Amino acid sequence: MRFRGKLMDIECIQHFTRVVSTVSKLAKTCTLKIDRSNVYFILPGSVVSGDISIWCELPQCHIFTEFNMEGLSEDADEIFLELTPENIVKAMKSARNAKWVKMKLTNKHIPCITFEVELPSLTNLPRTVIHDVPVCVIPRRSWAEFQEPKLTDFDISIYMPPLKVVKNIVDRMKHLGNFVMLSVNRNGEMTLKVETDLVSVSTHFYNLTCPNSRSWSKDPSVTRTPTQSRHQIKSVEVRVNIQKLAQFVSSQQVVPQKVVCNIHANRTVHFLLLHNDVTLQYFLPVVSM
Amino acid sequence: MPLNTQQAEDDGQYVLVAKLDNARNMSTILKAVHFKETALVIASAMGLKVTVEDSKCIQANAFLQAGIFQEFLIKEEQVTFKINLTVLLECLNIFGSSSTPGSTTALRMCYAGYGSPLVLMLEEGGVLTNCSIKTQEPDETLDFNFCSTNVINKIIMKSECLKEAFNELDMTSEILQILMSPDKPYFRLSTFGNAGSTHSDFPKESDMVEAFNCTQTQTNRYKVSLLKPSVKALSSSVRVSIRTDNRGFLSLQFMIKNEDGQVCFVEYYCAPDEDMEEDYDS
Repeated sequence: MRFRGKLMDIECIQHFTRVVSTVSKLAKTCTLKIDRSNVYFILPGSVVSGDISIWCELPQCHIFTEFNMEGLSEDADEIFLELTPENIVKAMKSARNAKWVKMKLTNKHIPCITFEVELPSLTNLPRTVIHDVPVCVIPRRSWAEFQEPKLTDFDISIYMPPLKVVKNIVDRMKHLGNFVMLSVNRNGEMTLKVETDLVSVSTHFYNLTCPNSRSWSKDPSVTRTPTQSRHQIKSVEVRVNIQKLAQFVSSQQVVPQKVVCNIHANRTVHFLLLHNDVTLQYFLPVVSM
Repeated sequence: MPLNTQQAEDDGQYVLVAKLDNARNMSTILKAVHFKETALVIASAMGLKVTVEDSKCIQANAFLQAGIFQEFLIKEEQVTFKINLTVLLECLNIFGSSSTPGSTTALRMCYAGYGSPLVLMLEEGGVLTNCSIKTQEPDETLDFNFCSTNVINKIIMKSECLKEAFNELDMTSEILQILMSPDKPYFRLSTFGNAGSTHSDFPKESDMVEAFNCTQTQTNRYKVSLLKPSVKALSSSVRVSIRTDNRGFLSLQFMIKNEDGQVCFVEYYCAPDEDMEEDYDS
């Protein structure tokens, strides 16, 4: 198993840092998957046990100028590592003005991803910072847990209003109750509602657009595009944990190009965030009444 | 349904309807008295008075006069209810508490009378929020019986210099001693904490002092824990009046300017700390 990547463009360095920062705000530990084409941050969650799950994917060619990997074996040409994304964020903090950053899978008593950062120097001598981020290699037998979640038929889909606005509102609602009702209808209306014995607060967003069944998918030709509801459901109302919703809406470092909210009434709220080449999927389980 | 027709239909049931183009003009004033969870709201044709009390020793009153509202309609002579002030402030700030230039939250507040919830409608940037907050049976508030005829000493000063002194109050000291006198040191704040005693003197000739009317040397002590919340009001204010009466009761009146330049007042009344003797020369 080998992995080596070199980031040489300051924009790529910052881009990668932002993605990992976002992931670090969503999960304490997660799985980093590397294959020939992409880098993935995965948090497999069990909907049944009420956990959130995350699937974040970005093409390696948009980050690394040099990239080299060799998976476990020829027929299992992937690498799965469990790590703490915050550690990568800390390592990348040294790279804010770096000339280049090298990432390499190493074995220093325990497996690590070693970050070698070359900083600008006033003298001829190079200034290098090295961070070793400990990782845990995930054995082949567990790989099945980390497959991309299947996107089932959703009851309704809608483009989210600006996350910054939603964040302000959810941050306040957090202090009022533990759960929030999220409802969406086909007229482009979305409502967030928190209700307790003492107070009831509902916020309504209007004039939102609904994506057509092909446009939201990152790859229009892919068959896993779910069909829009065959039952022509007019509106959907689900209950979710407000802290977990707040976590998602607060995690973004930049304003994303598109955020789609797909709801499967009895199961999940799926947020699909598209920004340039990065896709981030956040699955929030629905809590029954 | 367009909001206007909905409003016209609903207004018939309400005894109080108030509209404000900028909800912050109300939330800033209420924040200045938010040191306990519940508050008493008294509405009259003059406007709103919001009262918060603690330990029967301190009372804060926020005045939102009818003039600051774009519309203020009340059908009864006086309407009173108790409400959770923490929740009310969360609702008023639902779109965020920082003031983004150019964007304001419009507010419409309605109350249908005894037993009804306080209903708020807030709008910013096309997004609408409706809140319904349960009201409670109003309590009797204390009457501190503070009248101007019994005022012994009065100082009006710019808030900025007092802000520093109050922010640096030694919290290890249980009491804050206030000396006001026609003679030197004129106005002195003292604390007696673990590290020692500190004294802050404000001479009457200072630029910061706008009016100085002290007739008698008075030294009074107040519990720091009770007075500390007044720092919230002080920090939003431009001017403060400090008065003590013949019983040693303290009245602090804060003049707060809102974003539209209108002036609102917040006052704090504090009873002197009874464990100590009063009126001795320090």
